[in-house]
Amino acid sequence: MKTSLLAISAALMLGSACVASAEPVKIGLITTLSGGGAGLGVDTRDGIMLAIKQSGRKDVTVVTEDDAQKPELAVQIADKMIQSENVDVLTGIVWSNLLMAVQPGVVAQGKFYVSTNAAPAALAGAKCDPLYFNAAYQNDNLHEAMGEYANKGYKKMFIMAPNYPAGKDSLTGFKRYYKGTVANEVYTQVGQTDYAAEIAQIRASGADGVFVFLPGGMGIAFMKQYAQSGVKTPIIGPGFSFSQDVLPAIGDAALGVKASGQWVKDLDNAANKAFVPAFEKEYGRLPSIYAVQAFDAAQLILSASSKASVKDAKAFAAALNAADIKSPRGNFKFNTNRHPIQDIYVTEVVKENGVLTNKTVEKIFTDHGDAYAKDCKK
Amino acid sequence: MKREVSINAAMALALLAVPIIALQMGQTFTITLATRIAILALAATGLNLALGLGGLVSFGHAAFFGIGGYAAGILSAHALSGEPMIFGFEGSQAMLTIWLVAAVIAGLVGLGIGAVSLRTSGVYFIMITLAFAQMIFYFAISWPAYGGEDGLSIAVRNKFPGLNTMRPMEFFLVAYGLLMLTLGLFGLIRSSRFGAALQAVRQNDVRVASIGIKPFPIRLTAFVLSAMITALAGALYADLNRFVSPSMFSWHMSGELIVLIILGGTGRLFGPLAGAALYVILEFVLGGITERWQFFLGLILLAVVLFARGGVMGLLAGKARHG
Amino acid sequence: MTFALALEQLLNGVQLGFMLFLMAAGLTLVFGVMGLINLAHGSLYMVGAFACAAVAAATGSFWLGLAASLAFAAGAGALMEVTVIRRLYSRDHLEQVLATYALILIFSEGTRWLFGSFPLYLDIPPLLQGAVSLPGGAQYPLYRLAIIATGAAVAMGLYLLISRTRLGMRIRAGESDREMIAALGVDIRTLYTLVFALGAALAGLAGAMVGAIQSVQVGMGEPVLILAFVVIIIGGIGSIKGAFVGALTVGVVDTMGRFLLPQLLTFFVSPADAKPMGAAIASMLIYLVMAFILAVKPRGLFPAQA
Repeated sequence: MKTSLLAISAALMLGSACVASAEPVKIGLITTLSGGGAGLGVDTRDGIMLAIKQSGRKDVTVVTEDDAQKPELAVQIADKMIQSENVDVLTGIVWSNLLMAVQPGVVAQGKFYVSTNAAPAALAGAKCDPLYFNAAYQNDNLHEAMGEYANKGYKKMFIMAPNYPAGKDSLTGFKRYYKGTVANEVYTQVGQTDYAAEIAQIRASGADGVFVFLPGGMGIAFMKQYAQSGVKTPIIGPGFSFSQDVLPAIGDAALGVKASGQWVKDLDNAANKAFVPAFEKEYGRLPSIYAVQAFDAAQLILSASSKASVKDAKAFAAALNAADIKSPRGNFKFNTNRHPIQDIYVTEVVKENGVLTNKTVEKIFTDHGDAYAKDCKK
Repeated sequence: MKREVSINAAMALALLAVPIIALQMGQTFTITLATRIAILALAATGLNLALGLGGLVSFGHAAFFGIGGYAAGILSAHALSGEPMIFGFEGSQAMLTIWLVAAVIAGLVGLGIGAVSLRTSGVYFIMITLAFAQMIFYFAISWPAYGGEDGLSIAVRNKFPGLNTMRPMEFFLVAYGLLMLTLGLFGLIRSSRFGAALQAVRQNDVRVASIGIKPFPIRLTAFVLSAMITALAGALYADLNRFVSPSMFSWHMSGELIVLIILGGTGRLFGPLAGAALYVILEFVLGGITERWQFFLGLILLAVVLFARGGVMGLLAGKARHG
Repeated sequence: MTFALALEQLLNGVQLGFMLFLMAAGLTLVFGVMGLINLAHGSLYMVGAFACAAVAAATGSFWLGLAASLAFAAGAGALMEVTVIRRLYSRDHLEQVLATYALILIFSEGTRWLFGSFPLYLDIPPLLQGAVSLPGGAQYPLYRLAIIATGAAVAMGLYLLISRTRLGMRIRAGESDREMIAALGVDIRTLYTLVFALGAALAGLAGAMVGAIQSVQVGMGEPVLILAFVVIIIGGIGSIKGAFVGALTVGVVDTMGRFLLPQLLTFFVSPADAKPMGAAIASMLIYLVMAFILAVKPRGLFPAQA
């Protein structure tokens, strides 16, 4: 039995040597489709599916499953996808803590992971892995961009983030580039919904700017309450606090907020001009940054699989690393730690035809990498 | 009774047989599922001691489950990095050491929580155990040293003498062995003088007190033992996932443990195993069919409470012997 | 720290307290009268917020939304009582916990089914926009003052309802002896449905009002539910007065703890450590307070008659 299988696979391999793209690819998509964070997962899934649909490739299949934002469930699904459904590449996890749980097992079992969003510092430096690619950014990037931006007009900043690792990384990233005075540094509870106490501290701090990193529902609650407080100190923050998935829920309270992003809806490049209407037509809403990142992750996998067999890890990794895609973000290439080198923009929340969205203000970083790449030796 | 014994034996055998067959067929994932069932059953058996025998509805056993998980995660992280912990202890990758530490710490925490919570009863007890678990949950999220909300990865599974725990089958055998030992222990406790006193306290603590047995120490002992067993399961669960995070402390986890017991049959020796098997299989099958699996899981749970009192064991083996 | 800041924080604590009271009042009523522990109370809070957001978006009026939140939450509560909860009164707390846990799963996933996964938009009405000046020079959002006023009005209304009306008399009778009032010919089934719907409506009201300054999303009720549990444990389960005192205690302790602890800790450890450590301890503070109160008074501050 074994020998005949070997013979067949040897024959297949000989055959496939002629047409490198003939190897089908199975993508395991694990993302959050239930619970409070499901909005981000839905955008992730839709971004990936759009790229695959546009490619028209029949040899690329996707199995999708909901991780319910639970790390242990995500690990279980990853094991199932690898061990019983034989996927080649995994992708889709939104949250850093879930990725930290899943990634070691995936690469240990010799499978690729292409991240669509989560990008913890721990996986970008010394613990980087040749099978782990990040198509989004490194977690610190957007905070660094706001630190750089704050240098231009703010002498005294009040900075705030949730009390968990990504929150601490955020304020560290901000301070890495910000040269002014930090009036106060506040850590809020994860999942906190009432920010009255923090807003009172902002009022009392005498700062001339406020930097907040509060993803998802936390940011919605904060912005609405801030608008009612009568405090007028301008707010800046990383793009995911003001991305398309949360803007409608924040409402006009978000108008005028400056944020950072490696993608903006109005970026002037051909790929973006095709992507935004295509996404809108397919799903009836504007894409968020998560959708773009997922779209690019899928493009990367598609491009690599047309150049190399996914069974040949080395060749496939090289093909991924070439990043031969047209990203809606514009310039996109991989750093030595397989995290993006890309431009980062400052954006402003505006209202267009009654819909809240972000528009580009300026480019703050060109070809920006991350602080951890130098520690990645693999 | 005889019928229940044979059903128990059949379940114990089935849980062993399925992974062995799966191994032959190369279905590694089935082994992982079976391991998960064994570990959750172990955690629920711990809770069953307090809840089933003692009538102590703890809605905070996730606290002990998580303590076990973090004991495994933290000890192995230190063993791997070589950084000493407090008192110069170097951490450990040996499961037996980890289990001991997990059980001792969970026992001590259980002693503290129990000493306060057992002063209350009924619905107060349910809510106060929940609140204590929440407190530990928030602490775990906020405390930065061991990953906070990001959790802690365990690069290689901890070691068990004579086995390669990275092989799914051998790790399953560890979990299975521990579950069977614990079920044996549970049976012994249930039929011991202590177990009789515990069940008597559940049924009528005034009467028990009137014949000179103090309910408080009996309940506290049961609560502490229960915490220790659940912590062992937590340590294994961390090894199964090679990862621990504060979500092990979440109140959903506490709720799931209660669900397992009621699904299986409260106070029954093999109730937790039956419940865990049904729950994991439901989660697996429904999750494969629909994104909305939690909706249907909710409906099924509701149906069990309303119409199938006594759970799986009640259906299979008839009414429980309430001694 | 100025006087204005301290006053503002105190008001914040009081506002959180009144919001928690709206949640806790329903929980404690249902337990007091029917002896039922309802984990799905947070789902009713969510129903209120979603109803308000959906109706406000359709009609453009927050006030219609607010009315809808009361109606929908009360309706959902009555439906829940008639179909499921009613069968649980004679069961033990364990089965009540499990059944209402199952209801949470059903309500959360069902809401997502109807409304999708994205948070809904709900803004506060123009009438309550903006901030007012406080003595000492601080500004305070008008809307939060409105929450305090609503909470106070509800507390007063509940007090009058229970002490002065026929329904209240029956509720009190139900709390002290369930079998007796049934024997006296009171339609106990309708009474139970009414009480449950009343508690649900209060939760819905809280959800709608808070939804306007927070995020209207699936799962929003769960953190509040657990805080409400802490409130009624501290106050004494079944006691409205206890819920009131407990809610204000939790609100003020939680808010002041988050504000003061990180500053206090800077006297003992370096500022870099003090901030996260203070935040960590502050998040545990109300549970510590609860443990302390229970250690002294195991049945809460105002134990209802058993």
